[in-house]
Amino acid sequence: MKHLLSTADLSKDDALLLLDTAAQMAATQSRAIKKLPTLRGRTVVNLFFEDSTRTRISFEAAAKRLSADVINFSAKGSSVSKGESLKDTALTLHAMGADAVVVRHWASGAPYQLAHAGWLDAGVLNAGDGTHQHPTQALLDAFTIRRHLAGRRGGGDPDGVGADLAGLRVAIVGDVLHSRVARSNVALLRTLGAEVTLVSPPTLVPVGVETWPCRTSYDLDATLADWRPDAVMMLRVQRERMSGGTGGAFFPSPHEYTRYYGLDARRLAMLPDHAIVMHPGPMNRGLEISAEAADSERAVIVEQVANGVAVRMAALYLLLAGDPSAEGNDL
Amino acid sequence: MTTTGPTTYVLRRVRPLGGEPADVVLSGGVVAAVGAPGDVDAPRGAVEVDGAGHVLLPGLVDLHTHLREPGREDAETVASGTRAAAAGGFTAVHAMANTSPVADTAGVVEQVWRLGRDAGFVDVHPVGAVTVGLAGERLAELGAMAHSAARVRVFSDDGRCVDDPILMRRALEYVKAFDGVVAQHAQEPRLTEGAQMNEGVVSAEIGLAGWPAVAEEAIIARDVLLAEHVGSRLHVCHLSTAGSVEIVRWAKSRGIDVTAEVTPHHLVLTDELARTYDPTFKVNPPLRTAADVEAVRAGLADGTIDIVATDHAPHTREDKDCEWGAAAFGMTGLETALSVVQQTMVDTGRMTWADVARVLSVAPARIGRIGHAHGRPVAVGEPANLTLVDPAATRVVDGAAQATASGNTPFAGRELPGRVVATFLRGRATVLDGTVLDGTVLDAGARGAGVLDGPAAPAGVGAR
Repeated sequence: MKHLLSTADLSKDDALLLLDTAAQMAATQSRAIKKLPTLRGRTVVNLFFEDSTRTRISFEAAAKRLSADVINFSAKGSSVSKGESLKDTALTLHAMGADAVVVRHWASGAPYQLAHAGWLDAGVLNAGDGTHQHPTQALLDAFTIRRHLAGRRGGGDPDGVGADLAGLRVAIVGDVLHSRVARSNVALLRTLGAEVTLVSPPTLVPVGVETWPCRTSYDLDATLADWRPDAVMMLRVQRERMSGGTGGAFFPSPHEYTRYYGLDARRLAMLPDHAIVMHPGPMNRGLEISAEAADSERAVIVEQVANGVAVRMAALYLLLAGDPSAEGNDL
Repeated sequence: MTTTGPTTYVLRRVRPLGGEPADVVLSGGVVAAVGAPGDVDAPRGAVEVDGAGHVLLPGLVDLHTHLREPGREDAETVASGTRAAAAGGFTAVHAMANTSPVADTAGVVEQVWRLGRDAGFVDVHPVGAVTVGLAGERLAELGAMAHSAARVRVFSDDGRCVDDPILMRRALEYVKAFDGVVAQHAQEPRLTEGAQMNEGVVSAEIGLAGWPAVAEEAIIARDVLLAEHVGSRLHVCHLSTAGSVEIVRWAKSRGIDVTAEVTPHHLVLTDELARTYDPTFKVNPPLRTAADVEAVRAGLADGTIDIVATDHAPHTREDKDCEWGAAAFGMTGLETALSVVQQTMVDTGRMTWADVARVLSVAPARIGRIGHAHGRPVAVGEPANLTLVDPAATRVVDGAAQATASGNTPFAGRELPGRVVATFLRGRATVLDGTVLDGTVLDAGARGAGVLDGPAAPAGVGAR
């Protein structure tokens, strides 16, 4: 694996290798000394064109626990309106000898361009691009789902290691239109055999969604009651979607959104006993998710964060040490 | 002024409009003789051009060219853009108004017109802005531009839509006084805020903000009804969707005086190319679906779409070598237009070379009201504005090798059929043996003719 740009690029074997490697990484994280020597001497650059403290520190922790040298490069702003171009930034990182570049960018496709434009030799790891993809988020979500639910089918590893997600049902609820998390999850969950229903107000479903390998619904109550999801993933609603400003509001009011699409105590009670509640964070408590839901025993939201480090360790490991002949290539 | 360079040519065994082979003599700026091969005597000193198998067309006329000067000479100048036009077989181009300063006064349009005349590659007919500064708020002095030396007949805020319906109505009405036409860039602005590419299956998947077909179609529908109501003629720029074709077809069936253009790129490229995130394929209107491509081809073949216009939109590398979302809209097209039309319409059997002459020369000349000089028959006494093309040739497009100052061709690396062998502007070769003839061969007589015979309204109409 040279780059990790989109979950749509992952075969089932690729995805399982990532998840199983993440499980090995997670096992090392319960040790008193969490640091592994695996990527000693390698340089990982966190290139962030958009603020995301959570994602950046997760990647930073992952790289540091593999003993890589980490350089954080915050390059906010558009390449045209201010400062350096994406190309010059890439050439700079290349000249500095970056082995992997973790990139977060406001523009869909920027990681793809970094990987393919010939500006840079390093492996590119997409840490979220525009409204396109956020593959490590989907991987950590799949990892979390597998840990909780794949073991239920009996046989095999209790944490689901080696297993896919066949037969599991995942409802993804909220702003699908602008969500790279939703796009990444739809592709990956399908590859792993799960069924997905997207639940959104019609204004927040992209035109063209009909070709996606999933169901869509405008009715959260019906989805919970009739479809019986094993996991419910709530998406963050951005404040700017609510205003009637330039783009026009996507729904009439926050209250109305919460009334029809928020996960509250009543809807929480509709879930099957084993079902889990997920959120990629940061949450808008009281909007897409109530405090009861966020703090309930079903919520695995904090665990998602922990699993994020393990999944990102796995991704960096497979990107940088995937060659079995490489030095220090053992866990 | 220099007077070097021959002015008499004998084109041997060429096929006018793809018809039977003939010998054609160009002399004194006009077609001096047309005869069966071998029946025409070469005047003394004439340059012989072996045109066996080559198709002779009236010089191509582009109704939609961005020459970028004044203001963005780093992307293109009138000289470089018209040189590219000649290389592509054009003898006249209409230079869009979205320069800096905007071509919204007599002064700016006359400047562009003079720069074109001085460059000498093609006749440059400036397009005037409909509204001051393209701001969509009040009419520019359309009459002053019409009555300037540039004799503007085509008005457009291209790059922006005249979306205010009352302003559009007034513009449509006002230009009737000088037989002008409003060329509308049909893009409903509210439906396309932040839009990056065609809205559909591909945009949904790759996460680029969608540009719905209805944003184009709604404006075209409104405008044809406005044109009908006030009895004006309307031109629709770069129509790109199947629905737009249907609306124009309907409007024509009602007798509404509307003409429409399609670009070469919308005849062949689709939104699937956005998957590369290569901003070379970012264009306004956006590349659409394969079904839309088929619909515009069908519309061009059946006459619903009147013309092919390039929307040649040069951009600097800086404006394209960046994130898709940050990149400028537009692609070059002057040097590939004829080849794309050949590939998509002629080689597929949907159009003849006579049809090509119609959509790339006769009809655009008529819409731009320069039909007295361009888009003329290949006949004795007609102005010798002609293009000789070798349809059997093929070439691989190389952006760096083109005459345009910008490299943003979407056809780079593609093999295209056809090659412009020669272009003649009032009998003077601007291209010969496939090579653009520069500076020293520009002919004083031809330049002078440009001043005297330049853009004029048909007899008895408008002007002065």
